[in-house]
Amino acid sequence: MDQVPIFDVKGAVYSYNETGPPALDGVDLTVMPGEWVAVLGANGSGKSTLAKVCNALLVPAQGACFSLGLDTSDPGNAGAVRQGVALVFQNPDDQIVASVVEEDVAFGPENLGLPSGEIERRVDRALELVSLTDLRKRGSYSLSGGQKQRLALAGALALEPKALVLDESTSMLDPDGRRSFLGCLGELNRLGMTILQITHAVEDIMFSGRIVVLGAGRVLWDGRQHGFWDGKYREFGFSEPPELALYRELASRGLIDPLTAPRVDDMLEALCL
Amino acid sequence: MSIKLDGVSYAYNVGTPAENVALDGVSLVVERGEWLSIVGHTGSGKSTLAQHLNLLLSPQSGTVSVDGELVQIGTKAARGLRRKVGLVFQYPESQFFAETVRDEIEFAPSNWGVKGDDLKSCVDEAVSASGLDPALLAANPFALSGGQRRRAAIASVLAMRPEYLVLDEPTAGLDAAGIRDLTGMLSDLRERGMAVVQVTHDLGVALERSDRVLALERGRAVAEGTPEEIASYLAENPVKGLLLPPCASFAHRLRSRGINVPLTSGAAAIAEAVEKARAVMR
Amino acid sequence: MKFGNTSIGQFIPGESVIHLLDPRCKMIGTFVLLTALFMAGAPWDFVPWVFLLAAMPRLSRISMRAILRSGRPVLFLVMFTMLLNVFWTPGNEIARLGPLRITEEGIVSAFCMGVRLYFLVVFAAILMMTTSPMAFSDGLERILSPLARLGLPVSEMAMMMTIALRFIPTLFEETDRILKAQMSRGADFESGSMIKRARSFIPVLVPLFVLVFARAENLAVAMESRCYVPGGHRSRMRPLVWEARDTKAMSCMVAFAVFSFLWGMCLPKIASICLDML
Repeated sequence: MDQVPIFDVKGAVYSYNETGPPALDGVDLTVMPGEWVAVLGANGSGKSTLAKVCNALLVPAQGACFSLGLDTSDPGNAGAVRQGVALVFQNPDDQIVASVVEEDVAFGPENLGLPSGEIERRVDRALELVSLTDLRKRGSYSLSGGQKQRLALAGALALEPKALVLDESTSMLDPDGRRSFLGCLGELNRLGMTILQITHAVEDIMFSGRIVVLGAGRVLWDGRQHGFWDGKYREFGFSEPPELALYRELASRGLIDPLTAPRVDDMLEALCL
Repeated sequence: MSIKLDGVSYAYNVGTPAENVALDGVSLVVERGEWLSIVGHTGSGKSTLAQHLNLLLSPQSGTVSVDGELVQIGTKAARGLRRKVGLVFQYPESQFFAETVRDEIEFAPSNWGVKGDDLKSCVDEAVSASGLDPALLAANPFALSGGQRRRAAIASVLAMRPEYLVLDEPTAGLDAAGIRDLTGMLSDLRERGMAVVQVTHDLGVALERSDRVLALERGRAVAEGTPEEIASYLAENPVKGLLLPPCASFAHRLRSRGINVPLTSGAAAIAEAVEKARAVMR
Repeated sequence: MKFGNTSIGQFIPGESVIHLLDPRCKMIGTFVLLTALFMAGAPWDFVPWVFLLAAMPRLSRISMRAILRSGRPVLFLVMFTMLLNVFWTPGNEIARLGPLRITEEGIVSAFCMGVRLYFLVVFAAILMMTTSPMAFSDGLERILSPLARLGLPVSEMAMMMTIALRFIPTLFEETDRILKAQMSRGADFESGSMIKRARSFIPVLVPLFVLVFARAENLAVAMESRCYVPGGHRSRMRPLVWEARDTKAMSCMVAFAVFSFLWGMCLPKIASICLDML
């Protein structure tokens, strides 16, 4: 049976002003249910614009975007798209509306006009998914950066979306916060959530199934992890994560067999010392 | 010539339910011409420590002295000494207010009464030291690209000719190319004899270039030493939020298997050591 | 130049008796109490209020220190009002400072004015410290709901207030950061003439405005993406329910207000009767 793509962007063009080059210059991207796609690009590559197009916050001037099979150019679809495709942004402080953790998670479902029992159920579930249940009564301003971003994620999850779009959501976090946030995403993806992760940092994309490189508003490359690390990353000006450098050094000396995921633990095992 | 902190303690919101001890008896010396990294998890007190180095906060107990002079905060002397210690805040470009980059860079020196040709040479020096494109001096600071904006912000601090430069998470929000440029620029400054104090939550970054590292945990200094010493210490005594970079963690685990290689070695050196050990075993 | 203390008057999450009350009960009750407080005109009238204040740490689980501290931002205003009253109230002169006369009535009225103002702020602060901004605006929305029928955008106004309250700590933090950043670039906010000092705040205000506008825009997008529609129907996770304890609390507050009013009325009479008997 043919599945309906979660996102189907066709030749999308979008400009913020008429003089400069367009932010999106003919982007094609199809994301199927359950996929985790990382969109990698330097500052100004148009990746944030792509996120807003997928969420129907922006409508492409040329081409089209179908989110959850719905045409985003039809204003009547905006509500359904926003409910089904939740966004998490860069700065958690800009997304938290309420002063208490659980009140903030409830904001989305309250906007949908759901009955209070249903809101409560969704809030419980969302807080559990991001492991913030213990902090539900706390003030949102007293959380750490990583906790705030997980709160923003819970707020998005409470809409019970089919897909998540993350716009640079880890870039303001410390390594700990980043790791726990990516851990949450891994768990969600395992439960079947489709993820479109937008980032400029190669450290963030180690877990995604597919990598799309964006530059000057165009898709420069689209493929799997190992294809990217097989030299492509250098072409696009990214540096390789240290794990990978180590792995390559060991492999080039014939000390280790090629692995699919270069992790320190696996490498130690493979060395058989 | 040094900044000396002796037993410095500081708490926020004293006497309220939100009271929070940020620093608890931290002692520290920053020597001229060295690159010191202060590492710690969010909430370890590292930003508070940075503000003590710059005399913005006054310790609730303990003392701060700059070049042998004991500082009383809030006095004229403190303001004068502040000129010696430039502090670049996190996301420093969010402090821009002027209409041109030149005005922005002139702000700091003119606050200390520098005028005319002196002011011009302050700006020129800062622009060349920060690697900012001089053609951008006439531009609006808000119109610059991310990387250039960060440079302009650092130039605006360098323009007051500080002898110590303290930077709080200077690489935050930059992409890979931006981070490379910035670390290169800091290395150059250090070569010219400026003390560089880098505050970061990224242990990998701290171990890579610094002469010395201070590790903080919940307001206390847990370890201080060369990057190699700190890496060994943290490998044996893990501190929450300070994750050893992959190569160091790999090298550490090789030790228990009888292969000794410095924890701060690069990937190539580690692979070489493994190769040698293999050869011996056979 | 310190903005370090951001906790003054901020909501402190908790489960105390006062925390659990319906926000409508707290708001109307506080209004009734403050009205009664305004009728207090003589120093003795404040005696019941001191007792009420003394009971607050028990009822709200907020330390006395934090409660008293909440009056701090208006301390200057309190002092100023008191000074004005001391020197500008006509009556029985007891001392003279050049052209200024200090009168007995002046001292009394200054005392009452100062205490009244301070208590006013402190009780309002207790309301804010024990009510989450979301509950506060929910309560306000319900109290003002009759006005919605006249076409006033009550629910949007309440949402605006929720957000404003939520962003106060964030903005304090940002202001503090910008102030410090400009100070480390040599900005001097503490010396020079008034005009020079006012000008010295431009490097603080411009970045602050830039930041606030950027924040507002991001927040608007974030709210829109979370399905917020201005003026649209919103349900509540915990709809406000007026419970027996709210009725009890309300009765207590009204009773206290009446008592303090009667106390103010009767005390002088009782006192004069006692004096007569002596």
